Amino acid sequence: MKDNVIIDLKNISVSFDGEQILKNISLYIRNGEFITFLGPSGCGKTTTLRIIAGFLEPDGGDVIFDNKRINGVPPHKREVNTIFQRYALFPHLNVAENIAFGLKLKKMPKSEIDQKVSDMLSLVNLKGFEHRNINSLSGGQQQRVAIARALAVDPKVLLLDEPLGALDLKLRKDMQNELKKIQQRLGITFIYVTHDQEEALSMSDTIVVMDSGKIQQIGSPTDIYNEPKNAFVADFIGESNIVDGIMKEDKVVEFSGHVFDCLDSGFAKNEAVDVVVRPEDVDVVPLEQGMLTGKVTSVTFKGVHYEIIVDIGGFLWMIQSTDIQYEGSEIGLVIEPDAIHIMKKSEYSGTFGDFSSYSDEFDELSDVNAGIDAEDSDDE
Amino acid sequence: MSKNVTIGNKKVTVTPFASWMVVFVLVPMALVVYYAFTNADGSFTVENLKWIYTYRSTMFLSLRLAFIATVICLLLAYPIAYSMSRASEKIQRNATLIIMLPMWMNFLVRTYSWMTILENNGLINSALRTIAGMLGTDFDGFQLINNRGAIVLGMVYNFLPYMILPIYTSLTKIDNSLLEAARDLGSNGFHVFKRVILPLSVPGIISGITMVFIPSISTFIISRILGGGKDYLIGDLIEDYFLGNSGVVNYNVGAALSMVLMVLILIATFFMNRVDKDAKTSGGGRI
Repeated sequence: MKDNVIIDLKNISVSFDGEQILKNISLYIRNGEFITFLGPSGCGKTTTLRIIAGFLEPDGGDVIFDNKRINGVPPHKREVNTIFQRYALFPHLNVAENIAFGLKLKKMPKSEIDQKVSDMLSLVNLKGFEHRNINSLSGGQQQRVAIARALAVDPKVLLLDEPLGALDLKLRKDMQNELKKIQQRLGITFIYVTHDQEEALSMSDTIVVMDSGKIQQIGSPTDIYNEPKNAFVADFIGESNIVDGIMKEDKVVEFSGHVFDCLDSGFAKNEAVDVVVRPEDVDVVPLEQGMLTGKVTSVTFKGVHYEIIVDIGGFLWMIQSTDIQYEGSEIGLVIEPDAIHIMKKSEYSGTFGDFSSYSDEFDELSDVNAGIDAEDSDDE
Repeated sequence: MSKNVTIGNKKVTVTPFASWMVVFVLVPMALVVYYAFTNADGSFTVENLKWIYTYRSTMFLSLRLAFIATVICLLLAYPIAYSMSRASEKIQRNATLIIMLPMWMNFLVRTYSWMTILENNGLINSALRTIAGMLGTDFDGFQLINNRGAIVLGMVYNFLPYMILPIYTSLTKIDNSLLEAARDLGSNGFHVFKRVILPLSVPGIISGITMVFIPSISTFIISRILGGGKDYLIGDLIEDYFLGNSGVVNYNVGAALSMVLMVLILIATFFMNRVDKDAKTSGGGRI
């Protein structure tokens, strides 16, 4: 039996204009956990959040909250509150009035409201900002007001829709820590939506990886990173070398023309599989000692490590090493058994290829698009 | 066209805008003030201003009718603008077009057409008479024209778009996520309207009121055509003094009356903008 479950989504489906956005999603969320919906734009993560908030009714399936079916219950009667992408603070009200918005609707006496507002402001480190105009605040401060406003009404669940997307990197890191602290202090459930895998890994108790309207994997951050279920998860979370392999027998796999020992078992003999090797798990050794050998095609200094692209039999691998290598040199590589992760073939097999077209700029460009798409889907 | 000229020791850029302002705003205003404070001989006097007192009832009637027309416009326009702002993009485009359409017609033509609708042998009364005839009764027709109601109707009809459009603009500017946030925090539909939509549309309401009230208080055509000349408004009075319709041409009194009207409008606008600023809204819905 599932214990302590606060939200239970059962077979949720949603379509917009004939396009299926969510395909039969089932998921339960435990009370008090920090759960993150992670995926690229258009994967359905924001849609799932809006269904929980009540802004969107699913075409099929049940939304269970605290053991009660809440399909059709309007947002103002649900015990969940949302932090919106662009904060959605009321521009005609000052900081205190924004935070008191929900409290006034509860017909709370004024002295209690004032007390609550000041409690909330100290929770988000904005003491003394009561009478400030919303438009005079920085993005980070507006974010804090939005958090205070949502928490003031004592929700059982807080929904956060890419809340840190508009902040710069430094501020984003600070806010991540702060959100996590607030969640731990209040002990309420946070459901967090993001396309930033780092954010998801560092904050969450549980990560739900989504793509094209389906849940790809649910697990703890370490599970998701170390034991990705398919090529999509492996590629989306961190950097991965994903190569075709053949499972010779239990704990023996062949790929890139070499037979490796590994820790995985339970596959059929000679089953075709996807093999994942993280760039940081590959050891560089002198040429003659290598299990694999290849030619270095590019080296990028990243501060902590060098990012080295190695051509191994025509497939470009990414390797992260603290030792410098030189472009054009031949090197040997060693992969330990625990560095190899075997996945069953899936619809995503072969879609990610090697690192031949890889560049940081490309990553950032696709992030920009992700942001725009996310806003579009938000308006629907 | 702009060039730098030196006035005194200040370098001033005379933009086309500035010259336009001087020719079409400052000079006419200066002339109004000049005529208002001089007599026929051109010597200084404040005598002209005394006529305001003589015509105070006309002034109050103008204020009253303009006020009523503005209130009716607001009550009609807000629901229209609101439902427009909630409609699909296609409906919004078409609705805007339909609202603008009458404004492409000449003001006089529009107003005269109401005459043919309202007058004793007009559209409405003829239709009613036909019905009465079919029922076998005699019907004289309602007095629909040449009264204050008809004047207010003319004002509302002519100036309603100027109320709808700014309100509509301010409503479309409200971010949908604000409405969702309000619902999320516990507001039902009525509260969302009262606490979020209405306050955020105040700038549009202010613009609309200004744009309806000012032409209403100074109109002279509407009262002449639909009021039958029985109810004189301040606009008619000013026109008479300039054109001599009532036998007297007196630019000085006409200018004095204009000036007082202008000052009243300026004061009203000033207070309106105060309310606007108090609403603390950014952006606003001005057209």
